[in-house]
Amino acid sequence: MELVTLLAAVFEPQLLLTILLCTLYGSFVGAMPGLTATMAVALLVPFTYFMDPVQAVAAIVATTTTAIFAGDISGALLRMPGTPASAAYVEDAHALARAGRPRTTLFVSLFAASIGGIIGVLLLASATPLLARIASRFSSDEAFWLATLGLSCAVFVGGASVPRNFASLFIGLAIASVGIDVAVGHPRFTFGINDLYDGISFIPAMIGLFAIAEILRNAETSDPTRLGQLSVEPLRTALAGAWGQIRQRKLGILRSGVGGTFIGALPGAGADIAAWIAYAVSRRLSKTPEKFGRGHYEGIVDGGTANNAAVAGAWTPALVFGIPGDSVTAIAIGVLLMKGLTPGPNIFSSDAMLVETLFGAFLVANVVMIVSGGLAIMAASRLLRVPRSMLMPSVLLLSMIGAYAIMGSVTAVWIVLGLGLLGYLMTLARIPIAPAVLGVVLGEVVEDNFMVSMMKAQGDLTGFFDRGTAAVLGVVTLAVWGLLLFRAAREVISGGGSRSRETEKT
Amino acid sequence: MLKKTSLVTATALIAGAGAAAAQDSCDWTPDRAVTYIVPWGAGGGTDANSRKLASMLEEKWGQPFNVVNRTGGNGVTGHSAIARADPDGYTVGSVTVEINTMHWVGLTDLTYEDVTPLALVDIVPASVLVADDSQFDSLSGLLDHARENPGDLTASGTSQGGIWHLALAGMLNAEGLEPDAIRWIPSQGAAPALQELIAGGVDVATPALSEGKGLVEAGDARALAYMHSEPMEALPDVPLTAETLDSGWTLAAYITTSGPAGMPDNVACSYAQAIDEIIASDEWAEFKASRGAEVVSMSRDELSAYMAEKDETLGEVIEAVGLAQ
Repeated sequence: MELVTLLAAVFEPQLLLTILLCTLYGSFVGAMPGLTATMAVALLVPFTYFMDPVQAVAAIVATTTTAIFAGDISGALLRMPGTPASAAYVEDAHALARAGRPRTTLFVSLFAASIGGIIGVLLLASATPLLARIASRFSSDEAFWLATLGLSCAVFVGGASVPRNFASLFIGLAIASVGIDVAVGHPRFTFGINDLYDGISFIPAMIGLFAIAEILRNAETSDPTRLGQLSVEPLRTALAGAWGQIRQRKLGILRSGVGGTFIGALPGAGADIAAWIAYAVSRRLSKTPEKFGRGHYEGIVDGGTANNAAVAGAWTPALVFGIPGDSVTAIAIGVLLMKGLTPGPNIFSSDAMLVETLFGAFLVANVVMIVSGGLAIMAASRLLRVPRSMLMPSVLLLSMIGAYAIMGSVTAVWIVLGLGLLGYLMTLARIPIAPAVLGVVLGEVVEDNFMVSMMKAQGDLTGFFDRGTAAVLGVVTLAVWGLLLFRAAREVISGGGSRSRETEKT
Repeated sequence: MLKKTSLVTATALIAGAGAAAAQDSCDWTPDRAVTYIVPWGAGGGTDANSRKLASMLEEKWGQPFNVVNRTGGNGVTGHSAIARADPDGYTVGSVTVEINTMHWVGLTDLTYEDVTPLALVDIVPASVLVADDSQFDSLSGLLDHARENPGDLTASGTSQGGIWHLALAGMLNAEGLEPDAIRWIPSQGAAPALQELIAGGVDVATPALSEGKGLVEAGDARALAYMHSEPMEALPDVPLTAETLDSGWTLAAYITTSGPAGMPDNVACSYAQAIDEIIASDEWAEFKASRGAEVVSMSRDELSAYMAEKDETLGEVIEAVGLAQ
């Protein structure tokens, strides 16, 4: 009986229509370089006033999941990830698209995203309290090690040599150190500019390093129709090819889906970090790690699954403790409160029906996404026929608007342009860009947690190993870093630049 | 900087004098989108109150109220953005209790005289929380331990010198302990501090009781005290510091809606009137009840006097705990 009511609530026409519209809206916003899932949700808030609570939450959920997927569209077609969550595997996606398989790549992303989202919501529905229990044991010590481990992904992700990946990562960390320091409140590298007090967030950094740098690269080449000459495979081949890829990688999908959900549930880690870690793990465990970064489906499948699974996971702390897991759930909590619902353990008993419908809507959104995401892929492959001389200026304009919208200040536009030049110079020096973006994303997290832990332990470094989980994470992280440094030293000694030159040719 | 401030104040005086003549024409309404600046992050108490209020103003006046979180600089960024905007009514924001503390600790020259208070939105008393597995089950037990073992315990809730830090340090000082007898661990707001508390990273948290309410109800945290003179309706059993402590120490943060200094009086009183009506509505009462908070309101004059008085008392606390610059 109860199941019937639940199904009736989930498949209510108005709710389905909301979900469909929001997935279309999410694909549009997500595909725009620089417009993030968070921004899509923030713009949605005024509309939620006119919705009932389930509808409002379904709208947010549908928008986020599709926006995170749609970030792959511009990533694959233009080498400009639409959201930071797509940055980890952008090189692979773009290489495949240029090799004449743009639609296959995007359908692989779409299927992976949908399955990842479904794994996430199933875990969320069955294990929320348990997940919350685990996440609640994370203090600054564990968060520090997790973020440091995340940084090591930079080296696994980039296709270039280890020293070049490190160089890129440190450029990102240097950018992250701009602004008021978290522990003592001292401004660094702000040159008296008030707008820099907040630091340089990853969104302008991503727009600059990826989008503007790519525009500059395009302006440099003399071939005016390069994009137009890309071949687009027929839909039937693309669908069949994509489904084949997904079927081959069941284990990877399961691993990334479960892992992504868990990472999303942790405080301070979201879809972007989930994608990086899943990609790095995938490469580590792969039989063909040398193909990563040059157009390999394996990383796209795993990264794409993990970031959508993380979207579901991020709801765990929000629902159980009323503590937002990321900026999207922070807005969602605000919307729930506005509807007179207080997130917290009581919501599972007092509004059980609402929570169950929410999970149902979550599930439906991930299925409906296949339809609207498919439409978005079809529409976006037309982009490839637009002459570059028209496409690139439009992308530049959108990037500038995106940058301005984040800080509401012209300084952001200058930051984006400056970083664009930096990104271009990095490309010339054959330094990969993705690790720098990871550095910007994680730099502040690492520093903040390091300082907090140091203050708690009064400067005693062994404090990082005092807690059980922290000690395990710490040992793993140190082992990984030791291995990487060893590899870096070996490559420098043997003069290994050959791998990166190969990457550049693709 | 100082010169600029006095200039703004002078303009405010002139504008105030001119507007006194047009006292009763509170008929201003926006004819384009208004920017509503929140100096604190999305998801926090200030953010929730501001978003609710902004949405109701939007409904009332039929113009978009765009909520912008200008965080950073321990509140300096957002408060500066409010104070430095054109006082034309198209930029307002949530000025919070930090306007009374930031200038004492030397973060900025900005004071409550650089803004035009429009309405009181919320009063947010602090609390003393411990994790459910903590050895302490009363505030006196906690204070005794801190008195005998200064520096042994840690607490968190906000940045160094932030309002919840003053709540703890001021309470310790009032009870005759060293203000750092419980060491302060800065955090980027109440949410990460509460995460630290339940993960066992810190021993005590002193955020607003409303911010810790979810955890207390879930049984993951225990509220040892409410730094107020009236019990909270949603958690009536939490002991009041006004009754249990010898010093009768209390501390509450507040949230106002304010504009830049020198706002024309007809604009200011139109805002005050509109917000008064919102605060009297059932929808606002329901929203407040859902957060376990009481509906509060003050006239513009009362609010100005309240902010001036808070400035003085908080200045004394900051002086006493040695954070003054």
